[in-house]
Amino acid sequence: MKRLQYMSVRLLQGLAALLVIATANFLLVRAAPGDPVSIMAGEAGASDAQFVSQLRQQFGLDQPLPTQLANYIGHILRLDLGYSYRQQQPVTDLILDRLPATLLLTGTAFALSLALGITLGALASRNAGRWVDSAVTVVALVFYATPLYWLAMMAVLLFTVQLDLLPAFGLFTVGADLTGVDRVLDISRHLVLPAGTLGLFYMAVYARMTRASMLEVAQMDFVKTARAKGLAPGRIQSHHVLRNALLPVVTLAGIQAGGMIGGAVLTETVFAWPGIGRLMFDALLQRDYNLLLGCFLFTAAMAVLFNLITDLVYTLVDPRIDLG
Amino acid sequence: MKSRFCRRFCRNQGAVFGLLVLMLVALAAAVGPFVAQYDAWDMAGVPFQAPMAGHGMPLGTDTMGRDILSGLVAGGRVSLLIGVVSTVVSLLIGVGVGAVSGYFGGWIDATLMRFTELFQAIPSFALAIVLVAIFQPSVQSIVAAIAVVSWPPVARLVRSEFLTLRQRDFVAAAQLAGQSTPRIILTQILPNAASPIVVMASLMVATAILLESSLSFMGLGDPNQMTWGYMIGSARTVLRQAWWMAVFPGVAILLTVLALNLVGEGLNDGLNARADGSGK
Repeated sequence: MKRLQYMSVRLLQGLAALLVIATANFLLVRAAPGDPVSIMAGEAGASDAQFVSQLRQQFGLDQPLPTQLANYIGHILRLDLGYSYRQQQPVTDLILDRLPATLLLTGTAFALSLALGITLGALASRNAGRWVDSAVTVVALVFYATPLYWLAMMAVLLFTVQLDLLPAFGLFTVGADLTGVDRVLDISRHLVLPAGTLGLFYMAVYARMTRASMLEVAQMDFVKTARAKGLAPGRIQSHHVLRNALLPVVTLAGIQAGGMIGGAVLTETVFAWPGIGRLMFDALLQRDYNLLLGCFLFTAAMAVLFNLITDLVYTLVDPRIDLG
Repeated sequence: MKSRFCRRFCRNQGAVFGLLVLMLVALAAAVGPFVAQYDAWDMAGVPFQAPMAGHGMPLGTDTMGRDILSGLVAGGRVSLLIGVVSTVVSLLIGVGVGAVSGYFGGWIDATLMRFTELFQAIPSFALAIVLVAIFQPSVQSIVAAIAVVSWPPVARLVRSEFLTLRQRDFVAAAQLAGQSTPRIILTQILPNAASPIVVMASLMVATAILLESSLSFMGLGDPNQMTWGYMIGSARTVLRQAWWMAVFPGVAILLTVLALNLVGEGLNDGLNARADGSGK
């Protein structure tokens, strides 16, 4: 019962956050340079005064600001994010079109960074003070300081230009018309470099955090008890220390899952990956503010959603969490 | 006190290395224009000139014959400037919000923290892109955008420091002595919370430099300033022909950011007595 109440409160908070973000988005659309109507008229190739005022009326831009805001929120609730005049398509359609590619990329990168990061962090804390630990620490520090897009370009230089091992552009081989298993293999080959480079930065974060968290847990009384009982050190590490140390890492990962979509903008730009990030980059180049802000609202909504899911999973996984 | 700080800082070899690198970068930014004699935007030689090909351009030239080394030096100034200024601005916002929140508590705290959490929930890079794109790229708009996305962690840190420090006897003494609230916040509590703020600030400069370079890479840099991110961005389409255009600016970013992170850890060791001697 208490859990249900907690969930509904969190859900309401998430919705409130989205509402505030949508309002901010509305104000940003208004702050964007250029009067939207004259831009539309210009795009349509006609700009006489009558046509402009007709457009103004049609899009409700002649109404007071609060009414406009209410209309805007109403549209968003109906999943209508406006129209991209450059691409001649509704923004929602464009985003949903690109969503699978982005989810594939960020999902793979997320799983990869978590698995690698936890493994490296556990390895380092187990060998704390020895060369393995130093090596992991150095690797994590370097990847943490490397610009994501630069790492991506260096990977292209090495694996595509020099070694000719992996494709560096797009989601699949254009014109190959592959089907079935071949298609899956083709897409996974294209996925290696983008997901790898996007994942490495977050891997560094999780490796450092796992190491610190494990060293902290290792000082606790129940670990001393386990050791006093004569349990094998390996078993203590995996069953007692790692399991308890993972909680903060997984929480952080859940919070960052939303941010990863933002980071994917850079990766997708380098690899011409047809996802939402690339869509944002194209919108920037074409000064398509409707599309840009639509993408932004969508990523923000995804981030809020991921935070919410993390919170809920957290309360299920760890019964000690205070639901108050 | 001071020597103890130095001893702890110097015990961290990484931090000393970071400090050296950082001093080199600052030096290059300061005296660089005397070494790299070309204007970062001028056509100085043949386009696509490889590094070490002679002609006085040791790092080669880009697609328009601009000297890469001169670009690196000019970009270093902009990166450091934007990193430091945007950190100062976000410290001002973050310390302000966090101090008020932690000192007054109650509904003020609850409201401000909801506001802070809201900002933290938005993907920061996407927000920075949108802000700079809408308000047009310039040094000011980039600094503002970076500050807007990076103040929430400061606010949370300062708030938690204030929450504990507020209960201490010296605050009660200052209140009894009749000191005004702003004075207590600024001269009594804030100095005691300085250590973790300084550590966080050094790490924030690193993040800010990364963020600025990412924005420039996306074509959202100040059009009048040569930056490292812009240089890498313009190398993107000619990666196969001119690897040096992308490699050198990237190494510059990597070294600077790495150095700042190392110095931040050293400051943490030096200023934070609790971390001393623990199993690190």
